[in-house]
Amino acid sequence: MSEVPRSAETTAAGVRKPTLELLTAARALGEPAAVVFGDASDQVVAQLAEYGATKVYAVGSPDMQAFLSLPKAEAVVQIAQASNPVAILVTSGPEGKDVAARVAVRLNAGIIPDATKVSVDGGTVSAVQTVFAGRFQATSQVLRAPAVVTMRPNATSAEAAPASASASSRSMWPSATQPGCQGRLPRAQGLQRGPNSPMPRWSSPGAVASARKMASASSRKTADALGAAVGASRTVTDQHWAPHELQVGQTGKTVALVYLAAGISGAIQHRAGMQSSKTIVVVNKDAKAPLFQIADFGVVGDLHAVLPASSTRSPGAGADRPDALTPPEH
Amino acid sequence: MKIVVLVKYVPEPTATWKFAPDLTVDRAGVEGRLSELDEYAVEQATRLAESGAADEVVFLTVGPAKATEGLRKALAIGGTSAVHVVDDAIHGSCALGTSLVLAKALEKIGYDLVLTGMASTDAELSVVPSMVADRLGANQATFAGELSVDGSTVSIRRDTDVASERVSVSLPAVVSVTDQTGEARYPAFKAIMGAKKKPIQTMSLADLGVDAAQVGWSGASSKVVDVSPTPARTAGTIVNDDGTGAAQLADFLAGRGFI
Repeated sequence: MSEVPRSAETTAAGVRKPTLELLTAARALGEPAAVVFGDASDQVVAQLAEYGATKVYAVGSPDMQAFLSLPKAEAVVQIAQASNPVAILVTSGPEGKDVAARVAVRLNAGIIPDATKVSVDGGTVSAVQTVFAGRFQATSQVLRAPAVVTMRPNATSAEAAPASASASSRSMWPSATQPGCQGRLPRAQGLQRGPNSPMPRWSSPGAVASARKMASASSRKTADALGAAVGASRTVTDQHWAPHELQVGQTGKTVALVYLAAGISGAIQHRAGMQSSKTIVVVNKDAKAPLFQIADFGVVGDLHAVLPASSTRSPGAGADRPDALTPPEH
Repeated sequence: MKIVVLVKYVPEPTATWKFAPDLTVDRAGVEGRLSELDEYAVEQATRLAESGAADEVVFLTVGPAKATEGLRKALAIGGTSAVHVVDDAIHGSCALGTSLVLAKALEKIGYDLVLTGMASTDAELSVVPSMVADRLGANQATFAGELSVDGSTVSIRRDTDVASERVSVSLPAVVSVTDQTGEARYPAFKAIMGAKKKPIQTMSLADLGVDAAQVGWSGASSKVVDVSPTPARTAGTIVNDDGTGAAQLADFLAGRGFI
């Protein structure tokens, strides 16, 4: 059995979209199993099954969400040792990277972070990464199984399985915080989490980014109309016109399904962050702005005129299109 | 407190990067520099030394002979000494191999706090800090946007997709920092000259007790089989706003199903 456990992120409101993308990608590799940290409610199991999970491992107590990476990595390692998967897929992000790194060390397994595609051929897993600030696509083969792959959110689209596996089985996995691992946990003495609001929901498929303070307000309105996240160029965040968390770039946030650049000319680092977006829209007064060269649609004009007018065209748009641009549950 | 900062010598981001025939990054044929993302870690270590929280700062790099230039840059910003692990057998190492060499070197050097950038600007993997922490059995706090040390506790703030987290861990710990922690200072001429007098110790795999078969090509857990330039995005429809720009934009977005 080529079982593919992948770690599922859930919230009180359900399964997050990047997790459904992982399940979609995992179906191409084998029979997907999902690992849920915390409470695997019937609703969560049903949703995972809809996207192809044939087995759900529920790990530990609801407190699991409050721990750092170590107990999660430990649980994934135990599940992998018991089920011998061809690959372990995790969503890219601070926690996903930490978990994947530890899993790879403990299994002495090949790791490919930030993949945009993953495939298997004759039992060997390959994945594609965008490297050198977006300038090259590198395909890597994993030489020591299981392949540990972190996938960029929005790189693949989540699609429900053709034949929904309603018979998904749920098995409780003993929490890695149980005795036996105590000596190595939990490491963090204090972990406080607060909502990022009004920070962006970067798993949301759209992003509207702006380069100047004045543009930020217009961008925010447009983003609201699209149900998209707001981003900013480095100029904006360095001047504290917007929180640093909003910065798009090599060290910031990345791929979106639709990326609307408002008044951004497109420094190389900014392009590195956004050029893998599926659709790029540019609004800029300067017809020579480099971003126009990679835009699917561009308007040479004043963003303060164009953006408000275009967003009034779509009041409350997206509300009836959950797959298009509704922000995911927090 | 003794801080060891992990730094990497990377190809200059603005240079034309190439791949060697073996599909590794061509590091010989391109201008290099200290990874900008590691400079933030160098800066944080220097500030901790200035505040009296750290009494020793050592820079550690793994890389070819030229990587010494990166260490000199770090030493111009701050620090007391540096260690350069250089061995031909390391060429071709994957993240697992690199983290093994770093962990062994750290055990040899000794540390209370290990600082590094959130990623290298060449490979951009962001997994080596966690791997090093796992191998050392040290505490870990990654992607720090803010960092402070109080006694034997290091506290950070990090922003994930869904939450802003404040994490405190006790030393010894591995902490990776983002560019939010603050720009590195520009070293003065005197500091650049002074850096040349600071000691750089060279170590080989044999010095660290690492079997060459565990690293480099022989130990690699993954290999790059193909690299190709990202297909150039071609410009689509560009319109001049003659008053209908907004409507045309809305039509485009609607046509793609976005609104």
